[in-house]
Amino acid sequence: MTLVTRRKWVNRIALGLSLAAMAFGIFWLAWILFDVLRLGIDGVSMSLFTKMTPPPGSEGGLLNAIVGSLIMVSLAMGIGTPIGILAGIYLAEFGQRDWLGSTTRLINDILLSAPSIVLGLFIYALVVARTGGFSGFAGVLALALIVIPVVVRTTENMLILVPNSLREAAFALGAPKWRVVGSVTLRAARAGVLTGVLLAVARIAGETAPLLFTALSNQFWSLDLGAPMANLPVTIFKFAMSPFADWQKLAWAGVFLITLGVLVINVLARALFREEKK
Amino acid sequence: MSIEATVERVEFGAMRNKAPTPETSARRSRIGDLIFHNVTRAFAVLTLVTLFGIIVSLIVSSWPSIQKFGLSFLWTSVWNAPAERFGGLIPIYGTLVTSIIALAIAVPVSFGIALFLTELSPVWLRRPLGTAIELLAAIPSIVYGMWGLLVFAPLFGQYVQPLLASTLGKVPLLGKLFSGAPLGIGLLSAGIILAIMIIPFIAAVMRDVFEVTPAMLKESAYGVGATTWEVVWNVVLPYTKVGVIGGIMLGLGRALGETMAVTFVIGNTNLLNNVSLFSPGNSITSALANEFSEANPGLHTAALMELGLILFFITFLVLAFSKWLLAKLKINEGAPVG
Repeated sequence: MTLVTRRKWVNRIALGLSLAAMAFGIFWLAWILFDVLRLGIDGVSMSLFTKMTPPPGSEGGLLNAIVGSLIMVSLAMGIGTPIGILAGIYLAEFGQRDWLGSTTRLINDILLSAPSIVLGLFIYALVVARTGGFSGFAGVLALALIVIPVVVRTTENMLILVPNSLREAAFALGAPKWRVVGSVTLRAARAGVLTGVLLAVARIAGETAPLLFTALSNQFWSLDLGAPMANLPVTIFKFAMSPFADWQKLAWAGVFLITLGVLVINVLARALFREEKK
Repeated sequence: MSIEATVERVEFGAMRNKAPTPETSARRSRIGDLIFHNVTRAFAVLTLVTLFGIIVSLIVSSWPSIQKFGLSFLWTSVWNAPAERFGGLIPIYGTLVTSIIALAIAVPVSFGIALFLTELSPVWLRRPLGTAIELLAAIPSIVYGMWGLLVFAPLFGQYVQPLLASTLGKVPLLGKLFSGAPLGIGLLSAGIILAIMIIPFIAAVMRDVFEVTPAMLKESAYGVGATTWEVVWNVVLPYTKVGVIGGIMLGLGRALGETMAVTFVIGNTNLLNNVSLFSPGNSITSALANEFSEANPGLHTAALMELGLILFFITFLVLAFSKWLLAKLKINEGAPVG
């Protein structure tokens, strides 16, 4: 075999393997989504949204878990978003060069990928161990801790993209810095910032690990933030690990709801970001 | 966002202040800026404080266990709650082994995907395929876990594990890794599910850094007659190697700290008396997920906290290393790399 034919064959094999790798990735995505749809759609009915989580062997739904998840996710966003945006503003507008900015940037990136279960341990030690019990409030704090780094990162990235000429134009008119940031740069970057917020929602909607020992879960209807609170991920975990067929069916329905929600939010965020970029 | 509209708003804002004298207006904006600067800085500091809070609270909570077992916690395999004897060897082993399996599968596949997306794919297909891979990253880990336990593991135990045992299992030495009962769940299944989870993370970073390679470099190589593979292997990869390793480390950080996908399929036992990857085991995260909320306050909780501390320490090092590498790449961007 001449060198040229050998090189051609190496090239063909390598590119064939690359195509196979791509197919491999798409294959898992398709398989998982197909199964979630196939097994999940079975459990979706009106009673899923109107009935509480049942004891094994009886009919029920996921109402308390859905409502609990909605409450905890919205409160966590309510706490995490303003903190994240303000810290992101500092990094983009004041901390481009100083040590506080660069250290915070590094630490934030580490928190962004830190194991979420460790954040749960932290809130356990900080809140649950002191107040003497699992509570919805502790779950909200754990989720907020996951939101903050996501929002900080996207806010900073989006603010940096705003051209300096916009800032200079506003300064030239005599606007103070807080005005420039509030009415000019933040407004110019709002689609990007909103994208980050949406991605944060998608991220915490399915988070299970940090809730296991903060909010725990609750089989009954409860809106009390001081008590254990039902939520979808932990309920799915408990039901899926159980040997009962009707619990597993509810778990598939729950997984279907979460996957659908997360994918819709992701697609929305992408569309929003692309729209603004045009 | 048009500049006219912005300017108008700023002017209106100034007019609303009931015609202030120049001095009061200047002072007000100075005070406003001072407040604004310090408020945003306070929240940046809060992020820093959170990290130190995590480290301090983990050390304080695990102190009874650190004091009692010392460093031997790392290589003791006893985990006996009633007798209050704890060692972290089995969960630490499980975490490391599943992560290594995940990397062994995910790295070549991610490289192939990144290569496909940057060099091979028709342009109109690049975005949809890239998006599909990114969506794989967005699926919550509990979905992977539940799917792994109820769909993947039974099929894996029925078809793939016997196949592995009858082929790779026959090889001397290596065969020990693929022996034992094909249960479906276990270290190997957990590693595979983890691999599926981290492929999108690593592939996305690799694709991004491959795109950084200057077209001029690639075109020069194509110009002297290099094949696509030779361009990627001899030009793109050396140019971006720091970023590629950073991406792999990022994926490793994910794999080490992943909880739900592992907890469902690893088998959750603290017994480990062979090296087979088929055997069920435990990881740091699955031990925490299963035992923590029912652990007795005292030594049991402290030992679990120490496991969490070890996990945080390992992932912290891995992530800091990856950030450092990626930052280095950014500095070198555009400069020729030897």
